[in-house]
Amino acid sequence: MPVFHMDNRLWGSMDITQSFFETPAPARYKGILSWLITTDHKRISLMYLFSILFWFFLAILLGGLIRLELMFPGQTFVSAQVYNSLFTLHGVIMIFLFIIPALPAIFGNFFLPIQIGTDDVFFPKLNLLSWYLYMAGGIIAILSLFSDGFPDTGWTFYVPFSISTHTNVSTAVFAAFVLGLSSMLTGLNFITTIHRMRHSLMGWMQIPLFTWSLYATAWVQLLATPVVSITLLLVMVERYVGVGLFDPAKGGDPILYQHLFWMYSHPAVYIMILPGMGVISEIIPVFARKSIFGYKAIVASSMAIAVAGSLVWAHHMYASGMSDTAVFVFSLLTFVVAIPSAIKVFSWVSTLYKGAIQMAPPLFLSLCFIYLFSVGGLTGLVLGAAGTNIHVHDTHFVVAHFHFTMFGGTGFAFFAALHYWWPKMFGRMYNFKRAYIGAALLTGGFMFHYVPMFILGLQGMPRRYFDYLPRYETGNFLAGFGAAFMIIGMFLMIMNLLFTLRKPRNASSDPWGGTTLEWQTPSPPPLHNFISEPEILKYPYDFTGVVERYSKETKE
Amino acid sequence: MSSHSDESGKKLGMWLFLYTEIFLFGGLFVLYAVYFARYTSEFVAGGKELDQLFGVVNTVILLISSFAVAASITAVQRNQQKRTLAGLGVALICGLVFLINKYFEWSHKVANDIFPGSEKLAEGPEGQNIFFGLYYMITGLHSIHIIIGMVLLLVSLVCVKIEKITPTRFALLENSGLYWHLVDLIWIFVFPLFYLVV
Repeated sequence: MPVFHMDNRLWGSMDITQSFFETPAPARYKGILSWLITTDHKRISLMYLFSILFWFFLAILLGGLIRLELMFPGQTFVSAQVYNSLFTLHGVIMIFLFIIPALPAIFGNFFLPIQIGTDDVFFPKLNLLSWYLYMAGGIIAILSLFSDGFPDTGWTFYVPFSISTHTNVSTAVFAAFVLGLSSMLTGLNFITTIHRMRHSLMGWMQIPLFTWSLYATAWVQLLATPVVSITLLLVMVERYVGVGLFDPAKGGDPILYQHLFWMYSHPAVYIMILPGMGVISEIIPVFARKSIFGYKAIVASSMAIAVAGSLVWAHHMYASGMSDTAVFVFSLLTFVVAIPSAIKVFSWVSTLYKGAIQMAPPLFLSLCFIYLFSVGGLTGLVLGAAGTNIHVHDTHFVVAHFHFTMFGGTGFAFFAALHYWWPKMFGRMYNFKRAYIGAALLTGGFMFHYVPMFILGLQGMPRRYFDYLPRYETGNFLAGFGAAFMIIGMFLMIMNLLFTLRKPRNASSDPWGGTTLEWQTPSPPPLHNFISEPEILKYPYDFTGVVERYSKETKE
Repeated sequence: MSSHSDESGKKLGMWLFLYTEIFLFGGLFVLYAVYFARYTSEFVAGGKELDQLFGVVNTVILLISSFAVAASITAVQRNQQKRTLAGLGVALICGLVFLINKYFEWSHKVANDIFPGSEKLAEGPEGQNIFFGLYYMITGLHSIHIIIGMVLLLVSLVCVKIEKITPTRFALLENSGLYWHLVDLIWIFVFPLFYLVV
């Protein structure tokens, strides 16, 4: 491996400057307090990293239990009631505590200020407050488990069941409300930072694509989250007071709840995927040693997804009894939103075409992302078309589809980002072989796990069911093995990364040969991010310098 | 590398926050729009039951308070501390009077057996129940915002007093003022939707 150095001299130097690990901010606090009341965006990012990983693994465990229960027909080891709680908790934790905050709160916090050449976010204290709100949301979610039984509504909290069930829905809903506030404040912070703190030499068309994707995401966070906040508050009010706004017996309309809920929750899936697309747009050009294909098209498509994605919410409701006109309009808009996503996939593939590809774990995961996300996107069209939707509505086909996009998409982008930026965040390079094995197990297990679900769905197996007919036995049995491979693969990858923390720092400032500003600073970066004024490239993905350095080195 | 006393940046952040508030109320206004289309006659009948005098008085009170806040921001820029304090004081008193009015209005309704879950609403037409349900939800949420706005104004007032807010650094006061204007603006929409819907 000539390119990815553990200890090289040519590819940036191992600076002896104190990193942010050694310099707390504010400086007067030591030990644990230097983390808990820090305003340093990098420390806050790491606090997010470890708290989010905790929830992620808990939710993986819950998901594993669901599949284990479904491997055999009838009751295997949990009751139907516990099963309902399992899929509710799996969904709520994965969505509100992992997938929405994962990329913006961890990698956005760490790299957004660095990529635009500044020293922190615009509101550092608000940033810390967002982390505390995140933790508070998590704790409230835990509390909801220990009184009146586990919530069993599914993550969508559909009325009338969410209002009439005796389990502790109010607390769970309130947790989601607090987490929404946290995500909204992060978005607000990012928009202000990008507008007000960008390096004076960096124009809008010189911003790295990951930051661009965060910008688009932040707008969706800001504009969509309040709608779900009020909807969730209404669920609480209905439970405590019983106004009847969604109760047909009192003149209300339960379908309106679904509209309000999806007005946020569909844009929210773009909150989940947009930063993931940003990560892939960063990784592909670096390992192809070639400028990204269609920079402006990727920027424009991010913004287009943010806009068009806000107009498609009712495609979750084709079977709810909406008017045919509404079904037609939302079906059409859903097809429109596929276009900007496809533009991105074309851009990534075109970037690889005739590039000088250097394989590394981040690129491997990104390639898996492109494949899995494309499958997820195309099956999304099956669901977006009103006719086919009716056939597979609320079946395992839907489950497989959104796991392909959310897990195969955002989840893989999360792992890719973790492997891409780990040397920068912690200053340590990891073992490639173990990373490859873990990623291969994850991808293989993923296919083995979710492809049977597509077939089960087409055969008509409903989602969220505790038991099933004998003809669905084979598919469910096989999917269970896929789940096991996936969990082992993820565990291996994370352990591989965590093990590096015991070793001394060995990563150079630019181990991959990247062009964005984070590779101009030592790994890990110093407190104020840069030692000297960063050099802003005219075009953020200009690899001429990188290729020169690389060819010089291979000659030696 | 960065200037942390970027006053217009702070204002940008506040404007973004105000958007989220508008969307928060927006969800309720969507409900209003849908149910108004469905139960127009009941909504009109419900509007007649509300006391327009209360509504008008509260609207005027909020307009005066908004003026007072705007005046205090002008005053702080001209380094007139007393006028700044007076403006904020007037706005706070207006907010308090608004809440007292609201209290009497609500308790009058409750005394007439009009509140969520009451027998009168349960037995009356469905549209009436929805109208008053929305009335309590929207004016209730708005009153909570009045309280938050008053806290912000009070904090600003203290900061002016101890001279933490100065003619060159007054983003906190300006942002609290923006928030107050927003709360005011929302009322300008709530008022006709409930009191003048005839």
